Amino acid sequence: MANNYPQFKSRSEAARRVLQKGARGIASIEKIAFKGVAFWRRAGFPFRAPSVPRGVSVPPKEPHLGAYFDTSFARKPAARAVRRILVAGPVTAMVKFLARPKVEGIDRLSDLAKRTDVGGVIFAPNHHSHIDTPLMTTAVPSPWNDRLVVAAAADYFFDKRTKGTIAALALNAFPIDRETTSRKSSDELRALLARDWSVVIYPEGGRSPDGWGQDFKAGAAYLSIKTGSPVVPVFIDGTGSVFGKGMKRPRRGHVRVIFGAPLFPEENDNTRRFNERIEKAVTLLGDESLTDFWTSRQRAAAGRSTALTGPEYSGWRRQWSLYEHRKMGAAGQRRRQKRRWPNLG
Amino acid sequence: MPRPGFVLDVDRSTPPILFWRGENYSLEKLPADRSRVIYAPEPEAAIEDIDSAIRHALLNPIEMDPLPTLLFPGMKLTIAFDDISLPLPKMTRPDIRQRVIESVLDLAAEAGVDDVHIIAALALHRRMTEDELRHMLGDRVYDAFAPRGMLYQHDAEDPDNMALLGETPQGEEVEINKRAAESDLLVYVNINLVAMDGGWKSTATGLSSYRSLRHHHNTHTMENSRSFMDQHKSELHKSNWRMGEIMKKHGPKIFQIETTVNNDTFPSAFNFLGKREWEWNARDRAKFVASSAALSRTPARMRRNIFQSIEAPHQMTSIQAGEVEAVHKVTTANVYRQQLVEVQGQTDILTMGIPFICPYNVNSIMNPILVMCTGLGYFFNLYRNKPLVREGGVIIMTHPTTNEFHPVHHPSYIDFFEQVLTETTVPSELEARFEKKFAEDEWYKHLYRTGNAYHGVHPFYMWYWGSHALQHCGKVIIVGGDAPTIRRLGFTPASTFNDALEIASDVVGRSPTITHFHTPPIMIADVK
Repeated sequence: MANNYPQFKSRSEAARRVLQKGARGIASIEKIAFKGVAFWRRAGFPFRAPSVPRGVSVPPKEPHLGAYFDTSFARKPAARAVRRILVAGPVTAMVKFLARPKVEGIDRLSDLAKRTDVGGVIFAPNHHSHIDTPLMTTAVPSPWNDRLVVAAAADYFFDKRTKGTIAALALNAFPIDRETTSRKSSDELRALLARDWSVVIYPEGGRSPDGWGQDFKAGAAYLSIKTGSPVVPVFIDGTGSVFGKGMKRPRRGHVRVIFGAPLFPEENDNTRRFNERIEKAVTLLGDESLTDFWTSRQRAAAGRSTALTGPEYSGWRRQWSLYEHRKMGAAGQRRRQKRRWPNLG
Repeated sequence: MPRPGFVLDVDRSTPPILFWRGENYSLEKLPADRSRVIYAPEPEAAIEDIDSAIRHALLNPIEMDPLPTLLFPGMKLTIAFDDISLPLPKMTRPDIRQRVIESVLDLAAEAGVDDVHIIAALALHRRMTEDELRHMLGDRVYDAFAPRGMLYQHDAEDPDNMALLGETPQGEEVEINKRAAESDLLVYVNINLVAMDGGWKSTATGLSSYRSLRHHHNTHTMENSRSFMDQHKSELHKSNWRMGEIMKKHGPKIFQIETTVNNDTFPSAFNFLGKREWEWNARDRAKFVASSAALSRTPARMRRNIFQSIEAPHQMTSIQAGEVEAVHKVTTANVYRQQLVEVQGQTDILTMGIPFICPYNVNSIMNPILVMCTGLGYFFNLYRNKPLVREGGVIIMTHPTTNEFHPVHHPSYIDFFEQVLTETTVPSELEARFEKKFAEDEWYKHLYRTGNAYHGVHPFYMWYWGSHALQHCGKVIIVGGDAPTIRRLGFTPASTFNDALEIASDVVGRSPTITHFHTPPIMIADVK
């Protein structure tokens, strides 16, 4: 039977012809593109920005990045619907794959859920990794998970429009200025809390640089005192080993999220004192994650809880004790080997 | 403001009334103008800030020093708690026991107490599984104490771990758990679902052995308790209180923590079961029709799983701590406030639907002996002053009463049903002839100590619970049950409710008065 396909002398000839065709195609695209660029270069106003007359001062543009990034679109119904899908789907899948999280202590929030006089809640976790935020959006229980805003570093997440839009849409991130004390951020967060939105604020202000925690800044305590919203201390254990600061790519690991009992500002509390209480509560949860409920209480009562910020000394001894610390925690699970039967020969 | 309990006089316009039938329910039309229905009070409002209320109770106890002052380094602290038989159905997490125990542990840690044991005070009940313990104590307490052997279940058959504290003037031996007896402080965490619970019954029963229990769990005591819900007329309680006197003299210092819960029994999917029938809306009626039709077509095992998975939205209504008797007075008043319904006069026929659960079949099967115990032991005894039914009257229960037993939880019940009830159903007779044999049987002891079985003597106690009702009533009829099984219990089977009324007419005449006890939710009839 006759073959209708074109016959080539050899395979190399066929390949050469395909390459030639491809090269011709690319050349024609390039030609069109060059024409377009040339037109654009030649074209003036109104196709390009107008030139500024001499002697005229142009008022500075309203800043729209960083702390000024407008995230209100992310709290509109359409964006919330998209976020629900994103969080229930890819975000949860990613968190489960990377961190295999174990969430504990939700029962401590059962009363808070029933209280009609409490609207927004401030969640105050420690912070070791970029994965903490997706982790919190999946770990925070109902009824707060549907109206949850995450305070994120304005200089990191909102320095570019695309990045900021994705952060706001996927995680409902809200820009917080880490460098300067911005009244704008705090006023907007207060307004959100008043409208029954809950907020995740990392009181440490940023990811841990060396694996140990950092001293708590008073943002969460300040907001709570101003709004009367309760602060729920949260301890996240193990994310530093999954995707800690300085790691180029994430590594799978085991993570625990422990929610503590909600704290309300007391009558004689000022921001500093309340912040200390929050830090103490997170420290206690940290100890609970390393030991157990009873031991952590005993150690706290005796003043022997392991501080979030780690030992006082610096240098290699600090790193060394971090290794020991991690071995005890959720991250250490990865290193535990399965039981092996002895080789009896 | 929750509405108090209510007695409805049935007339022609009264809709059919809900009757429980184990893991299903039906609507029955009661004869007009001579029937009445007793409805429980609506659930009281729960305490809003439970953790603060617990803390307040521990720091401001009744007739005792605050808990922190009783705690000191180097002491032996034992925390005992009620077992799975309370509350019913099991409550949604976090359970009250978890919250109270966590608060006690917080104070113990602050005081530098190291030696803490947590003991499930289950007397001769079955040992609980890990899941059940985790449900009532929470993962935090379980993970901290169970792996170190500091959280365990009372073993009444371990001779090395029981301590004899003495005897009452009536010769009742008081033997309790050795660790509890030797502690510097025993903290008892209780849930008072009914007025019978709590007081000295917590420690003198929960932590004791057969040697002690036989003095009040017997036919004589049960027949002379009028009723268990009225401590001052209950022989059972008098015996426990006498034992309490011995514990006060020779036992550990006891810090009693008693809590009460409201009667919010059903989650939203089943909430129509707690409503008054004429207040059922379209959704409630649809739920009833759909669920009863579906349940009647569902295999028994699946039906049980559905009902046993119900978690009640019970909430704490009060907590008081301190000296046992002083605390129990307040607790009982709080229970009465929630559960008491005033009823005028007795009735010829008392009807009751037996639900899917009683204290002894949590995550298990409601066997025929437990049907008898629930109807005649518990529901009949939910009264103050006088029983709801007159002496010589008739009790009509609705329940499928199948010949089914849980072989792991109720092994001795099977032999009790096959060997004892075939000989006699008279409580005093079976007590004299068979109790000792079952109580001392080594195989039952082994299953109780190592498995999840009720003690060998337990089915006898269940039968004794009903002895007052058996003595009081002229006839007991079970509607819709397995006839041979019902006859084995010594009762009369009936196919329908109308048949049961017809059978009852032999005893109470053609025009008897009828009272339907519409429970659950639990209530106590205060019969004037």
